[in-house]
Order: sequence, then C-alpha cells, then structure tokens
Amino acid sequence: MPDESYVGRSLPTAGPFQVGREKIREFATAIGDDARIFHDVEAARAAGHPDLVAPPTFSVSFTMPLLEAFLRDPAFGWDYTRMVHGDQRITFHRPIHAGDELFTTVVVDDLRSRAGSHMLTVRCEIVDSADTPVATTTALLVTQAQS
Amino acid sequence: MSDIAKGDELPALQVHLTRADLVRYAGASGDFNPIHWSERIATGAGLPGVIAHGMLTMATAGRLVTNWIGDPTAIRTFGVRFTRPVLVPDDDEGALVDITGVVGEVTESDGARIARVDITAKFDGKTVLGRASAEVRLPS
Repeated sequence: MPDESYVGRSLPTAGPFQVGREKIREFATAIGDDARIFHDVEAARAAGHPDLVAPPTFSVSFTMPLLEAFLRDPAFGWDYTRMVHGDQRITFHRPIHAGDELFTTVVVDDLRSRAGSHMLTVRCEIVDSADTPVATTTALLVTQAQS
Repeated sequence: MSDIAKGDELPALQVHLTRADLVRYAGASGDFNPIHWSERIATGAGLPGVIAHGMLTMATAGRLVTNWIGDPTAIRTFGVRFTRPVLVPDDDEGALVDITGVVGEVTESDGARIARVDITAKFDGKTVLGRASAEVRLPS
C-alpha cells in the first residue's frame, strides 16, 4: 500500500542535468525525428536558437529516472513491476536547448485507490539555472493493488 | 500557415516500431523497464508480449504535429492518455502505428493564434492514445 502521507510533498530538487548535443541527437534519432534543428547546430542557430533544440518529449530522459528512483524506494511502497503509464501531459514554458542546465522538482499531487488499482499523479517542475520555468510534466501512473 | 482553420487535416504518418526501435528508445530515454524488451518479463506481468514505451508512441504522435507546423518549439502543451498497449512482435516489420490529426479549434490568446490539434493513433485498427491533443502557436 503506497504511503498516502507523500501526497502534497515535493521531493528534493535534482540537478543540474546538463543538456548535451549528443543526447539531443540520440533522443531525436530514437524517436525517428530527423528535423534539422534537433541535429544540425547551424540550422538551429539559423532558426533563432542558441544551440540544438530538444524534441518535445525530451524531458522524459531526465524526469523518468527520477520518478523510477522514487517509485522503487521501499519507503513509498509502490509496486513498480506492475506499473503502467496512464496518461502524460507536458506544458512547455520555453524550448530546451543544448547547453542548458536544468533542475527538476518532483511533486506528488495525488494518490487514489479504486477498483483494485492505485493511481498516482506526479508532476515534474523543470527550471533552468536562472530558476526560469522550462516545462511542467504531469504523469498518471497506475499499479494493481495487492490482492 | 496563416490560413490554418478548424477541420484542416494534418499529413498522416505511418511508423513501423520494431524491437530494435524499442531498445534504441530505452537507451536514449533511460526507461529500461523490461516489459519493453523481455518477452519473459512482459508475459510474466500479464501482458500479451513486449509492448512499446507509451512515451515512444507519444513522441511519434508529436512528430505528426512538428512535421506539420515546421517549428517544434511552437508546441505549448501536449497531452495523451495511454488506452491500449502497442504490441511489438519479434520480427523485421514490427508494429505498424498509424497517426492522423485534425485541427479541432483555432483560438486567439494574448494576440497569438493557437491551434488545438486532435491526434488519433491506431495500432491493429484500434486507437492506442485517448484525448491526445497538442496546442500549437501559429505563425502570425
């Protein structure tokens, strides 16, 4: 049974995550996206960006490992092996670029148990080194309750 | 792009997702959950077989939008529900995912024109994403 006292809590801010060009290229290749501003620095600069731009769902590459560490922590009591991803929403405050140093705070927004499932809503607030908002991601994660 | 209106259809996208794509995505995204690469663990978890990462399906749906608008940074919000798994067989062809989109609404906000794109993703003839939509800032 997950520990309900976590609802409303923020985990310690993690970072900095250094956004590197090769990580952006690797991620863009993995999602099959050959848009030039993900791969070619000159094309990104010509489009008005300081460096390579990250694809829209790139933030998962540094938020998901944070969520996994939290969900595998026995203190929270979540069954990670039976988890499915229910939904995902991303709000973009500004584009992520190569060279950014990003900090992520995981917030446990909600936890409900219904029809034999636990439903957890977790939010990641991502900011840059000047504390300017970069993106807000919200995930609904579902796991079967112990029968 | 200035004449974008409600009802406009986006150029459709067909993507084959193979086991190799899942492994590549696992490495790039840091999501090494074994249900996305091990038949043994996937079936042990009650799934019919290895399934694609939901976030890979979401990223593929995102390509439909960014290809259309031409500027990936024009996306303001992007959300999906994962309603069915995409089963990826251990063969050369993989799973065929069909992605289509339509402009559901165009609104004005703070002097900017915003299009809401409603996205449909189908695998094996059935939708795999629910309430999938992106809000996109249109060029003025």
